[in-house]
Amino acid sequence: MDFLQPRSWSDALAAKTNRPDAQPLAGGTDVLVDLNFDRHRPAALLDLGRIGELAGWSRDDDALRLGAGLTYTIAAAELVDDLPGLAMAARTVGSPQIRNRGTIGGNLGSASPAGDAHPPLLAAGAEVELASAAGSRRVPIREFFLGPKRNALAPDELIAAVLVPRATGPQQFAKVGTRNAMVIAVCSFALALHPDHQRVGTGIGSAGPVPLVADDAECFCEGALAESDLWSTRAAIEESTRRRFGELVAAAARPIDDVRGSAAYRSHALSVLAARALGWAWADYRRS
Amino acid sequence: MRGDRSLRATSSRPTRQRPAAPVTPVTGGLGESARRPDATLKVKGEFAYSSDLWAEGMLWGTTVRSPHPRAKIRSIDVSEALMVAGLATVLTADDVPGRKTFGMEVPDQPVLAWGDIRYQGEAVALVAADHPETARRAAALVRVDYEVLDPVVDAEAAMAPDAPALHPSGNVLKHVKVRHGDQQPTADVVVTGEYEVGMQDQAPLGPESGLAIPDGEGGIDLYVATQWLHVDHDQLVASLDLRPAQIRMTMAGIGGAFGAREDISIQIHACLLALRTGRPVKMSYSRQESFVGHVHRHPARLQYEHGATRDGRLVCVKTRIVFDGGAYASSSNAVCLNAATFACGPYEVPNATIDCYVTYTNNPPCGAMRGFGAVQACFGYESQMDKLAAALGMDPVELRLANAMREGTSLPTGQRVEGPAPVAEILRSLRAMPLPPNADGAGEAERDLRELPGGVSNTTHGEGVRRGVGYAVGYKNIAFSAGFDDYATARVRLSVVAGEPIAEVHSAAAEVGQGVVTLQLQIVRTELGVQRAVVLPADTQVGSAGSSSASRQTWMTGGAVKAACEAVRERVLALAASKLGATGRLVLADGAVLVADAGAAPTRVSTLADLLGAEVVEETVEYRHAPTEDLDPETGQGNAHVGFAFAGHRAVVDVDTELGLVKVVEMATAQDVGRALNPQAVEGQLQGGTAQGLGLALMEEIQISGGKVRNPSFTDYLIPTILDMPPVRMDILELGNPVSPYGVKGVGEPPTISSPAAVAAALRAATGRALRRIPVRPEHITGLLETRTDAVPDDPTKPARISAETQ
Repeated sequence: MDFLQPRSWSDALAAKTNRPDAQPLAGGTDVLVDLNFDRHRPAALLDLGRIGELAGWSRDDDALRLGAGLTYTIAAAELVDDLPGLAMAARTVGSPQIRNRGTIGGNLGSASPAGDAHPPLLAAGAEVELASAAGSRRVPIREFFLGPKRNALAPDELIAAVLVPRATGPQQFAKVGTRNAMVIAVCSFALALHPDHQRVGTGIGSAGPVPLVADDAECFCEGALAESDLWSTRAAIEESTRRRFGELVAAAARPIDDVRGSAAYRSHALSVLAARALGWAWADYRRS
Repeated sequence: MRGDRSLRATSSRPTRQRPAAPVTPVTGGLGESARRPDATLKVKGEFAYSSDLWAEGMLWGTTVRSPHPRAKIRSIDVSEALMVAGLATVLTADDVPGRKTFGMEVPDQPVLAWGDIRYQGEAVALVAADHPETARRAAALVRVDYEVLDPVVDAEAAMAPDAPALHPSGNVLKHVKVRHGDQQPTADVVVTGEYEVGMQDQAPLGPESGLAIPDGEGGIDLYVATQWLHVDHDQLVASLDLRPAQIRMTMAGIGGAFGAREDISIQIHACLLALRTGRPVKMSYSRQESFVGHVHRHPARLQYEHGATRDGRLVCVKTRIVFDGGAYASSSNAVCLNAATFACGPYEVPNATIDCYVTYTNNPPCGAMRGFGAVQACFGYESQMDKLAAALGMDPVELRLANAMREGTSLPTGQRVEGPAPVAEILRSLRAMPLPPNADGAGEAERDLRELPGGVSNTTHGEGVRRGVGYAVGYKNIAFSAGFDDYATARVRLSVVAGEPIAEVHSAAAEVGQGVVTLQLQIVRTELGVQRAVVLPADTQVGSAGSSSASRQTWMTGGAVKAACEAVRERVLALAASKLGATGRLVLADGAVLVADAGAAPTRVSTLADLLGAEVVEETVEYRHAPTEDLDPETGQGNAHVGFAFAGHRAVVDVDTELGLVKVVEMATAQDVGRALNPQAVEGQLQGGTAQGLGLALMEEIQISGGKVRNPSFTDYLIPTILDMPPVRMDILELGNPVSPYGVKGVGEPPTISSPAAVAAALRAATGRALRRIPVRPEHITGLLETRTDAVPDDPTKPARISAETQ
């Protein structure tokens, strides 16, 4: 197995062009586990850990640019105001050691349906910036996930960054696991309220072959809020609205039975999480 | 330096030299919380575990395992594997020179399979190569042609007359019958229940690993992390076909055991490879291999029928317990006997009918794990006691108090309980402890998510959360039972080095983390009155200490070290009398011989250094507890156990009833430890055992489908984190034990016995659900998944009949 360790982004893109079979390596929290379990034997590893420009994040007016090497630790600490949904999700990932190593770009690269960063990025309407030696392109995140652990990256491309609008309203993330820390999602749900456009964003994790968006639930919620002019009045949302929202989120899921939980439980838990998350987010909005 | 090996480096190179300057930085005598000699190293990450073993020029061994739970081997083709550069050898069953099977109680498990495959992960071939990756690649090229067969994966189905026989002796490995009192009793109130316990894993963090070094003369030295050197040694002698003296074993740094290291793992395999290649061979399992490379806690189905008078006195207990033993016997027979003898719980039960079975299946082999049959039984009988209390309209603790076993109680086996049996005291202590404050009053914004079910995963801010409190009490035997010749050996040597007396202790007791090394130091320091003491590495150059299991080492090896110290002391005092003419009541203290006559201040006769000079006083003692007897095969009567330990728990839980997630708010425990020789070590055992029981109640399960393990990793085999395990409130009772050294009882297992049952009881109190299976999953709490046992009719007026089979 070859080990490639470029020092600059252009060197990394050149290396990926020359060795499209190279497995990109960021924090290693997925890749090294797969190597250990002998599930994967790439011909080469492309270590992106020495490329300074991938780490960290920046803000230009209301547009955030999250480097692919942004760790969960930094996301959880620094994005609490600008992207609270992702910050909450980052806080639920693994242990402190894993959060120090694991990156948002790595999460997208692995494209696991259970990746914790995916639902809040879906709810926030992110785009993924993919780059190759020939140039770069932006892919809306809901078009990025193609299947379990499959994404829209071409063999010569690397994930450069995630571009996401700064939050204009409350965001929530909630994840069910059978232990109270260090657990992979049995299912998860993210919600973003966008009062500026009077829109509602959703993201569902670990309840389908890819991370999902609950379109019908979004439409229903937007309609219910508009109908009663709640964005302006900031009056309370009916419990029945929250419950129906939960049902529609659950209906958008395509869960399976597996070692972590049953399909029926996943659907049930999503309906509970979504109803609760809407209640919490709306309470935040009313206070704001 | 053999003695210093575990005290120094991260990469450990075993040698056969004796230690030169054996000084152990442990101070403190009996009753003090002496610090472990390995504590600092472990905290700093510098302790040498068995997986750190290293030798010049060593090879790496790996195991080829069957992917099928049941199959026949048609042929094995190693030709491709042999072509791999760096490969040293490939071995199959034909290469086992001696007995081709092993097993602690019944040698029924092939060292390397030939013919039948009986579980997924069964060892088929061995590979040694110059690099672990090379070994794994070569192992993947060993072509085994299997005829795949339908596995038998249900213990009940395995007992059916038409089930395929997995072993020549049939599928019922053991049936323990206990018949006590009236077999056709009548009771005012009868409750029945059916319960299920999933397969827990010991989940030791250290994988199975060791290093075998050929001595160049046909013999071998094996360094390995194990629980019982001598029972491994016996099995090595048989399978390697060597003389006992040709095999020398030394304990390597152990990363937890909990029963998982009682059976052979790498021991025979590493020696076979080393003897064949003439080179040191290291083996160290991956986490995935570890999950199939050791035995697990037996899954069980338990049917119970409890009868009581209207005022809450137990009249009868009828039970049928079926354990899935998996593919091989391991210690299943003893687990089955234990469960049968403890099946009614620590209560006065005048009439009992107990049938306990363990069967062979094609599931992973099950054997020893902390609690050893008593854990499963406790979940059954304590669930029943709560159900009976509900049927009687009684408080569950009052019902237990009304029936609590005490000193002098006759067990269903006819054995009389000798010594303190403080079941009522334990229950009263638990009930008297203050309850943790209920967080309901706190405002939403003020609650720290970490105090709620789901933790920082942010699943509730208080919605759906209900509190529950549950009690359970349990008991278990200490040391080996049923006629087993249970002994421990210790050698104590007193000499003068550099003008100071020093005591050396040598035993084969396995330090599995429980603190037996520290304890031996505390004993010699106290008994011989010396400051400097050392425990030599545990090895087979001294007699057996028995296993570090059955909560027995403090009693047994402690007893042996105490007796050896007494023998040494007797000789030293005799020397003082003969050499110096000392008279009166002579004692050893502060490195000297003192006269300590009643009423007079002690006066020094001589320092030990002056008295001994160049003389070395050494004594070796075998300590035995009182003999026990096997149960009568028809009636189950007999004095099978030498002693009992009792513990109880109160669990307080907050349950998110809509999501089925749980936060255990507090675990409280009361336990009679006889006497706490090292209070901090005792507290550690109570906390750790409580946590392991909590894990079984809430999350720890090896999930099996069609005989295959679905979650062989810590990604999906979940053990409690610090956010799952609350602080433990402890009441440590020291009521003594008339038949053990220093009045000790074992402390390692009891905390695990009642902890799962207490958590389950608290969950029932919070949710109102029956919860007849542990681990309790969110699906059960939310009612989305009915267990097989939930489908059983639950009508106390119509007791389901448990057939008391005679076999």
